[in-house]
Amino acid sequence: MTSLYDEVQAAPGAGVPTRRVTIKVNGDDRTVDVEPRLLLAHLLRQGLKLTGTHTGCDTSNCGACTILFDGRPIKSCTMLAVQADGHSLETVEGLASASELHPIQEGFKEEHGLHCGFCTPGMMLAAKALLDKNDNPTEDEVRWALSGNLCRCTGYQNIVKSVLWAAEKMRAESN
Amino acid sequence: MYPSRFGYELPKTVEEAVALLDAHGGEAKVLAGGQSLVPMMRLRFAAPEMLIDINGIEALHYNRVDADGTVHIGALCRHEELEDNPAIAKAIPTIAAAAPLVADPIVRTRGTFVGSVCHADPQGDWAATMTALGGHIVAQGPKGKRDIPIADFVIGPFQNTLAFNEIAIEAVIPAPKGVRVGNYLKLERRVGDFATASVAVSLDMKGDTVAYAGIALAGVGGRTINANAAASALVGKKLTAENIASVAAAVAAVAEPRTDHRGSADYKRQIVKTFVERILTGLLNTSQKAA
Amino acid sequence: MALDEIKIGGLGASRRRVEDNRFIRGKGNYVDDIVLPGMLHMELLRSPVAHARIKSIDVSKAYDIPGVRLVLTGEMMAARNLAWMPTLSYDTQAVLATDKVRFQGQEVAAVIADDPYIAKDACQAIVVEYEQLPVIVNPFQAMESGSEVIRDDKENQPGNKIFDWEIGDKAATDKAFAEADVISKMELHYPRSHPSPMETCGSIADFNRATGKLTVYMTSQAPHIVRAAVAMVAELPEHMIRIVSPDLGGGFGNKVPIYPGYVISILASILTEVPVKWIEDKTGNLISTGFGRDVYLQGEMALRKDGKMLGMRMKTISDHGAFYADAQPSKFKIGLMHSAFACYDVPAAHLESVGYYTNKAPGGVAYRCSFRVTEAMFFQERMVHAAANDLGMDQAEFRRMNLVKDDMFPYRTAFGFLTDSGQYGKCLDIGMKAIGYDNYKAEQAEARSRGKLLGIGISTMTEPLGAGNSREYDILGIKMFDSAELRVHMTGKAILRTGAMNQGQGHQTTWAQIVAHELGIPADDVTVEEGDTDTAPFGMGTYASRSTPVAGAAVAMVARKIRAKARKIAAHLLEVSEEDIEWELGRFYVRSNKERGVTIQDCALAAYSNMPDGMEPGLENNAYYDPPNLTWPFAAYFVKVEVDAETGVWDVLKVVAVDDCGVRINPMVVEGQIMGGLTEAYAMASMQYQTYDDEGNCIGSNYMDYLLPTAWETPGFELHEVVTPCPHHPIGAKGVGECATVAGPAAFVNAVVDALGHLGVRNIDMPMMPNRVYEALTTGKDISGMPPVKMGD
Repeated sequence: MTSLYDEVQAAPGAGVPTRRVTIKVNGDDRTVDVEPRLLLAHLLRQGLKLTGTHTGCDTSNCGACTILFDGRPIKSCTMLAVQADGHSLETVEGLASASELHPIQEGFKEEHGLHCGFCTPGMMLAAKALLDKNDNPTEDEVRWALSGNLCRCTGYQNIVKSVLWAAEKMRAESN
Repeated sequence: MYPSRFGYELPKTVEEAVALLDAHGGEAKVLAGGQSLVPMMRLRFAAPEMLIDINGIEALHYNRVDADGTVHIGALCRHEELEDNPAIAKAIPTIAAAAPLVADPIVRTRGTFVGSVCHADPQGDWAATMTALGGHIVAQGPKGKRDIPIADFVIGPFQNTLAFNEIAIEAVIPAPKGVRVGNYLKLERRVGDFATASVAVSLDMKGDTVAYAGIALAGVGGRTINANAAASALVGKKLTAENIASVAAAVAAVAEPRTDHRGSADYKRQIVKTFVERILTGLLNTSQKAA
Repeated sequence: MALDEIKIGGLGASRRRVEDNRFIRGKGNYVDDIVLPGMLHMELLRSPVAHARIKSIDVSKAYDIPGVRLVLTGEMMAARNLAWMPTLSYDTQAVLATDKVRFQGQEVAAVIADDPYIAKDACQAIVVEYEQLPVIVNPFQAMESGSEVIRDDKENQPGNKIFDWEIGDKAATDKAFAEADVISKMELHYPRSHPSPMETCGSIADFNRATGKLTVYMTSQAPHIVRAAVAMVAELPEHMIRIVSPDLGGGFGNKVPIYPGYVISILASILTEVPVKWIEDKTGNLISTGFGRDVYLQGEMALRKDGKMLGMRMKTISDHGAFYADAQPSKFKIGLMHSAFACYDVPAAHLESVGYYTNKAPGGVAYRCSFRVTEAMFFQERMVHAAANDLGMDQAEFRRMNLVKDDMFPYRTAFGFLTDSGQYGKCLDIGMKAIGYDNYKAEQAEARSRGKLLGIGISTMTEPLGAGNSREYDILGIKMFDSAELRVHMTGKAILRTGAMNQGQGHQTTWAQIVAHELGIPADDVTVEEGDTDTAPFGMGTYASRSTPVAGAAVAMVARKIRAKARKIAAHLLEVSEEDIEWELGRFYVRSNKERGVTIQDCALAAYSNMPDGMEPGLENNAYYDPPNLTWPFAAYFVKVEVDAETGVWDVLKVVAVDDCGVRINPMVVEGQIMGGLTEAYAMASMQYQTYDDEGNCIGSNYMDYLLPTAWETPGFELHEVVTPCPHHPIGAKGVGECATVAGPAAFVNAVVDALGHLGVRNIDMPMMPNRVYEALTTGKDISGMPPVKMGD
């Protein structure tokens, strides 16, 4: 069980009501007590120690916190942790299996789709949501699907190539 | 940024949600998609004492087209469910055109159509679209349901006419008087930007004659601009270059833009005029091609 | 057999990046990912107003909130002599306001609590009483006589002027103008822009009372400078301070300065004796940390009627905000603005620069540019565009005529820089061909006949990257050299540390490639570490495209020292004299018998197991590199646009970039840098800017107002390369990280202005938002200055 910020031993404001929620995160059920105002991104990062999900802005613009919520991409800074009760989440930590990378991860490395790496987890999950629906997107479709995620370093061109690289590999694997 | 403290309830039925709203006497807010509310709470521009999260009311998660063409959009219908939706695209082309232009693709998976109408942002896409379509909102309160025509629902910037203990459970767009055509154009500086100007146009066509014409605007006034009166000049007529030009000018005259860093009032009027012309001319060309 | 350099990941290999392995798994280690036992969280209360006297601060209600541990105010900082701190430009900056607030967003109080939510609650509970003062939001208001003095804390500061500085030969320039056939003028404003890395600033200060050691994990592009500054400001012994920059989520200059939040978190940790984490929110980052630009540029060019440039006069009026906190070499008050026109053969030039305080955020950092060269090159290329039009000459031909020719190097510019290499004409040719310049005039005329407005913009420039040399370049007196330390283990694997600080450039990957090139040790066998001042050698950090020119050179030089020692070991192992030894990649051999040789790995083992008599064991060394000159990359950018005459919306049809940054260590990484820079150029040209209303409210305080382009708007890029090695850099490399941000914006503006040129439009200031372009094309008039923010009918 995890309090709001579990590195703080003295639970903040004893007496503050919390709710117990059970969330499937990357396939594992996690049960935690959370204060209603805790943002889902913060639960992932602090409570569940999944720091691959980043928060880059306060206004739901940047998409660095993008995760999959029941398979669809959402901005986890714009959802409350309590709202994830009973739902299934996938974060960047769930992309690779123990032995191999997801083709999207390989694509980002192969096509130099990242510089500082801060937007990368959100980009990759937005890309996964696209490829799950459309295994052969055009460049424009990739650009459109990623237009809720900001990157400051790459200029996007290599991110687009990374996603197309992954799509090709995924198609080859499924054949 | 971190929201202030609030209480949280997760009702399973509309009745339960209404009872909770009623019990909290105006201090509670409904949480649907949360894509406007949560950022405002993070910036502490909004600090409700209680959130009634209606996402647990699965019965509100739908959109459907009746046999007569009436469209119902439930309170939990997400923006993205109106994109790439053949039934919606056929029934209401304006919604199909506007859906991909709402916010950004990630926000669209979560944000809701009805929530956006309720938010009544003068720059909001759906309040304008509903206005052009002449739809209504179904509100449910302790005493039951009532229909609120969109013109009486969105009454000002961020103002709707729901009572504190009412929930907007559905948006309804009436059946067309003929074949419904339409489009939506938005000038934004980048994906997810607020509109500099947006134009929603919906026409019902009987043959090549206009049976209904609705036009509404976003981003060009302190509220959603209802230009249906100007649009109605087309009713009973065929679309021509001349009446397109005169309606475009009339619609631009109805806009109430203000000069700001997105442009001067005159510029925004110019965009409205251009977009009305482009949409109507596009519809004229399509119908001529079809014929 | 010599090794295949590409196969071992040496120079020229598009080696896939080592750092990606952690980032793509979500295993990066950014400041906010670090959790220390017992850590508290800090939030800042910022001023809502731009200029006001603080009458009182009441923190009592903040302490009523459970979980609040400490509330700091300016008064408490002042009691410890920490209310003010030095800036990187010999000014002072308030850490927490004591007397007045001088810009919206200035730090007023700090709350340290069990979690950041509670800290934010407590910030809201602090009551501050302000007495509002007149607000100054631009340098023209600042210079008016009788205007409010912003820096009344300073002695000898009667008005708001910070500096009045000049460079160049005024008499020679006056003479050139007297002799000119044509004088062309240009006036523009380069709007305030924020680097806005995706990750904001933040720190975790951890003061250990038992050992006396202070460790600070923080978002710094220059951790060693921070250590020195903390030693001086906090009066802590330097060896008891450890600054660690972990992974940085972008920097672009924003993470060079030292911000109040860092300093406050340090004091908070000293007072609470537990670690204190401060993570800035996006609004805090945008409204209080280092911005770029905000300069009014005026100038004129003296021309002979055949097109020859004779002289150049420039004046800049710059807005530095409330504190002169620019990051730049000490002796240059407006950075390297005088690098303008360095690629052109201009015999005479003069620059006058005046800087002012305003009630705006301090900063003036080099946002992805080598100390104001972005403004310099933007002005240069807008001026060149206008001058060509005034002469009735073609854009490309006017440039070709005046660009410094290949046989003129080394070339001394009118402002005194020494450019040393380049093939400017060749770059121009490649770009013209790629953009289709030959057909373009006909195409443009044809399009205009259909009501379509086509334009091509060109921007060519060389910029000074890689400060120092130490003779001329220092920050607060510390000379701008850099360093590398290389330790080769006995199995031939190695660890390299430098004084630079990666923030996305890929140093872990590319530094190892230099080692591979120099020693033949495969890049995969070289670990690279940076950013921890306890282990890395002293360096000035990463900004201004200086890593490859300076630290990269140090890497090559330390590897050469290692090779020199290994050669002695090789001679010992091969039982010949050192003079009889030859080197090929990865291997020493006997000159008379190439078959007889030892590998670098053999030498490494021998350094620990079989060294020659009298030789110090081990195989490690360090190098401090003081570059003899700046490096001078060249760029030629071409942008083709189409403007919608009914809306002012402009679409980018094509972007061609030709870059000559000398030898490319890793072409993939270089291209990545160029594309990133072009995107920021597009951003500034089209949408990205900050402005202030009359009350000093920042417009652009979050990503709803401060617009960064997405993948959808951002155009595609076509890249070309020319390689003219740098004559003084050990591996012939030049800086590149910022070329596209620097030269890119003018290409976009020139393209739109070109599309509208026949309508009489000479200038549209950035951002070229559709409404501004529409106004220009309907009125035929120039659009100057910031977009208005005053609401009106």
